[in-house]
Amino acid sequence: MQFMLLFSRQGKLRLQKWYVPLSDKEKKKITRELVQTVLARKPKMCSFLEWRDLKIVYKRYASLYFCCAIEDQDNELITLEIIHRYVELLDKYFGSVCELDIIFNFEKAYFILDEFLLGGEAQETSKKNVLKAIEQADLSYFSFSRGWI
Amino acid sequence: MLIVCWSPVMVEVWNGPGDKKTVEGPSRMPAPIRLRELIRTIRTARTQAEEREMIQKECAAIRSSFREEDNTYRCRNVAKLLYMHMLGYPAHFGQLECLKLIASQKFTDKRIGYLGAMLLLDERQDVHLLMTNCIKNDLNHSTQYVQGLALCTLGCMGSSEMCRDLAGEVEKLLKTSNSYLRKKAALCAVHVIRKVPELMEMFLPATKNLLSEKNHGVLHTSVVLLTEMCERSPDMLAHFRKLVPQLVRILKNLIMSGYSPEHDVSGISDPFLQVRILRLLRILGKGDDDSSEAMNDILAQVATNTETSKNVGNAILYETVLTIMDIKSESGLRVLAINILGRFLLNNDKNIRYVALTSLLKTVQTDHNAVQRHRSTIVDCLKDLDVSIKRRAMELSFALVNGNNIRGMMKELLYFLDSCDPEFKADCASGVFLAAEKYAPSKRWHIDTIMRVLTTAGSYVRDDSVPNLIQLITNSVEMHAYTVQRLYKALLDDISQQPLVQVASWCIGEYGDLLVSGQCEEEEPIQVTEDEVLDVLEGLLVSNLSTPVTRGYALTAIMKLSTRFTSVNRIKKVVSIYGSSIDVELQQRAVEYNALFKKYDHMRPALLERMPIMEKTASNGPTEIVQTNGEAEPSVVEAKHPPPVTQPTNQANDLLDLLGGNDVVPVIQTTVPTKPASAGGELLDLLGDLSLSGGPAPAPATSVPSSQPAFLLDGLTSPPLFNDIAAAGIPPMTAYNKNGLKIDFTFERANPNPNIAVITIHASNSTEADMTDFVFQAAVPKTFQLQLLSPSSNVVPTLNQGTVTQVIRVLNPQKQQLRMRIKLTYTHKGSAVQDLAEVNNFPPQSWQ
Repeated sequence: MQFMLLFSRQGKLRLQKWYVPLSDKEKKKITRELVQTVLARKPKMCSFLEWRDLKIVYKRYASLYFCCAIEDQDNELITLEIIHRYVELLDKYFGSVCELDIIFNFEKAYFILDEFLLGGEAQETSKKNVLKAIEQADLSYFSFSRGWI
Repeated sequence: MLIVCWSPVMVEVWNGPGDKKTVEGPSRMPAPIRLRELIRTIRTARTQAEEREMIQKECAAIRSSFREEDNTYRCRNVAKLLYMHMLGYPAHFGQLECLKLIASQKFTDKRIGYLGAMLLLDERQDVHLLMTNCIKNDLNHSTQYVQGLALCTLGCMGSSEMCRDLAGEVEKLLKTSNSYLRKKAALCAVHVIRKVPELMEMFLPATKNLLSEKNHGVLHTSVVLLTEMCERSPDMLAHFRKLVPQLVRILKNLIMSGYSPEHDVSGISDPFLQVRILRLLRILGKGDDDSSEAMNDILAQVATNTETSKNVGNAILYETVLTIMDIKSESGLRVLAINILGRFLLNNDKNIRYVALTSLLKTVQTDHNAVQRHRSTIVDCLKDLDVSIKRRAMELSFALVNGNNIRGMMKELLYFLDSCDPEFKADCASGVFLAAEKYAPSKRWHIDTIMRVLTTAGSYVRDDSVPNLIQLITNSVEMHAYTVQRLYKALLDDISQQPLVQVASWCIGEYGDLLVSGQCEEEEPIQVTEDEVLDVLEGLLVSNLSTPVTRGYALTAIMKLSTRFTSVNRIKKVVSIYGSSIDVELQQRAVEYNALFKKYDHMRPALLERMPIMEKTASNGPTEIVQTNGEAEPSVVEAKHPPPVTQPTNQANDLLDLLGGNDVVPVIQTTVPTKPASAGGELLDLLGDLSLSGGPAPAPATSVPSSQPAFLLDGLTSPPLFNDIAAAGIPPMTAYNKNGLKIDFTFERANPNPNIAVITIHASNSTEADMTDFVFQAAVPKTFQLQLLSPSSNVVPTLNQGTVTQVIRVLNPQKQQLRMRIKLTYTHKGSAVQDLAEVNNFPPQSWQ
């Protein structure tokens, strides 16, 4: 995966994870164009589109679009499953997650994503293990800072 | 959300980074606003301007807080900065602060610090290198979650330098027994290898027992790591082939094992791992018989047993199909795979249909017959609502067209052409032309198909199709009458589609006599008079819908009819009217044609007679046969073919050429009178170093400017087609003079096109032996086009007893300085002689 973007139906960015080195300017340009392209898609269209030399996989959950750019050899259908897994993780963590949760706790959304994917690939395929790791990491703040003054 | 509360500090953990209470920290300043507070406030802004104001205010506060070097609230401030960054506001002044957070001992600091680094820093910033030491320390931290942060950051955005410095640490962690760290280290190693491929070797020992892990996370990331290594290095690939049995076993266990709640997705056990294993197997089995055989059974098992009701099952099937098609699988397995794709095509889920079409496109060359069986389903997908699916279906349809199904397929494709979006029309039209050319069952059908395309999608047809079609039409000799009749009728209906109009005008100009004589055999001949035809053509000249190019076609067509029709006076009148046209091109033509009526009337019939059949040069797609300005040259163009280029027999390749690249490279049209084997390639060699760099060219090897020798005028065997209308003659020049061979150039500015210089070469031989098998070749820089007509002979007689002449026509639309590289080959006194020379001393009048 080269990058993942989460954005609302009004085109507001809620999360951006880049796995390739690009300048801020390029990221903004890509984001703007891609958001426009995806938002222009009609509901009857499929979840995949070709954009520049990438394959784009996107899916809408309630008011949020989850959009991933994958490479030629990557499997589009399993990417849909990756997106779904991430949504499930967010849902479990926040309890019936909605867009507002992601807005107000964006840093947590990142932490969860970083426990699920690393460098664009899944690092853990068990839902339980990802959630456990987040829990423990959150707790470790406690034991951690207690240990150090 | 977890709530732990036995002290206020704990509550804060869950509500966001940073403390509410100012336990420590500067007492002069109020505590910076909390993150959630800020988000809430910003969201109340009703306009962009209001938002900007709030942001600016907060940024200022954050900046001063940073200046204070306040440790307590740094984390909170950076978090706020990250939020504002996501809204699109600049946050670069927080970069160093992220580094400070990373260096902090507090976990929440590190967490936000690393997040900030991943968002604000990238390898282009010098600052990011400062992270290296921190990361190194954190990779060795006592708490695995800190180590995890470091691995994650390094694996996400580490630069090559960082990777080089820290590869050793990553390698160490790859060998740890802690699976939480091991899986992260594996993916981090993938990133390191991508950044610094030379380091791949050092990870090899650590991969030894990666696959014996029970932990799925480690297994998954290990397979990814192995895949990366195999993709990058054939040696690694060979080395890891021995893992095939183990991979097969793991896959088998996944399928056979019962319900495992931890990894279950809709009844399938760890689909992510299954897909990655299948992908690795694909790489390992490709081109290797033994490996392919070892995985045959498991592939068949997965293909037949996987549940297809949900997307996840189909994802696995999809990967399986890709693997089957890529390795050396037995034919039964391949057919199974294609059938899976066929079933996919019927799936309600459009994503599945899309994926099926993509895969079929990849396999259509190798398993053509198997894919043919699904042709009707594929053709149905042309009617799908989704743009991507339609495009795939179109490409695949063209790939499946063959001699047997051409009629049926063309019907569907033409229907598609009628109704499809404009973005498809050009590609579809080109595809139809190509397919028709290859498989037309009859000439009549071919012409009809072309007509259908021109009339329904005429404005989308590519410009280079026009000369192609003209050439095609001239070849179908017995269809001329039918063709011109149909084109005429089409013109009566609609003159807006330029390619149609251009082809029609050309045909009417060429075959107008057949039109008025009512000779058509194929269908009911129409009654049309000469005046009616001229009305139509004149109508094109005056219509606003006609482009300048079209007008040129029309005028030339009218002119040509002067030798085919009896009403010459009307034509003369039209031609003389356009002699004062504002359009320079038309004016030039009209003036030339006028001159043809006046001074050269005796030559007119010969010049305007029926064109000979144009032979095709070796076809390489749509870039062949470029006529300068698309005008019909009355001169006979003798095109001898370069040796037949072996065409890739698979249609898909042609198609991809056709549909993919749109750049038409101007072809230098040269005709070589002898030695066809030496044509194309050598000229391109000649062109090799010929650059347009200004400045004085190096003194040409030969060309001693000489005074006009007497034989210059004697040797003229092919008179210029027209006297130059522009002023006095351009001085001749000696282009080459070496070893007794002298080549002079004489010039005319001629033709309807002022950008064409006509050069006649005169080769003479002052030695005492004949120069036989004489071949003159020329090449010009890219902005020019060049055409060589046939030479008068290929023997340059001894002792200046005669000359060989040859006409070169150079098109110089950009009026660049004319330069030429020439190559001479001949046999002299029994030995073959070859020489290359550059000609740079062209008189300015020849190209200005």
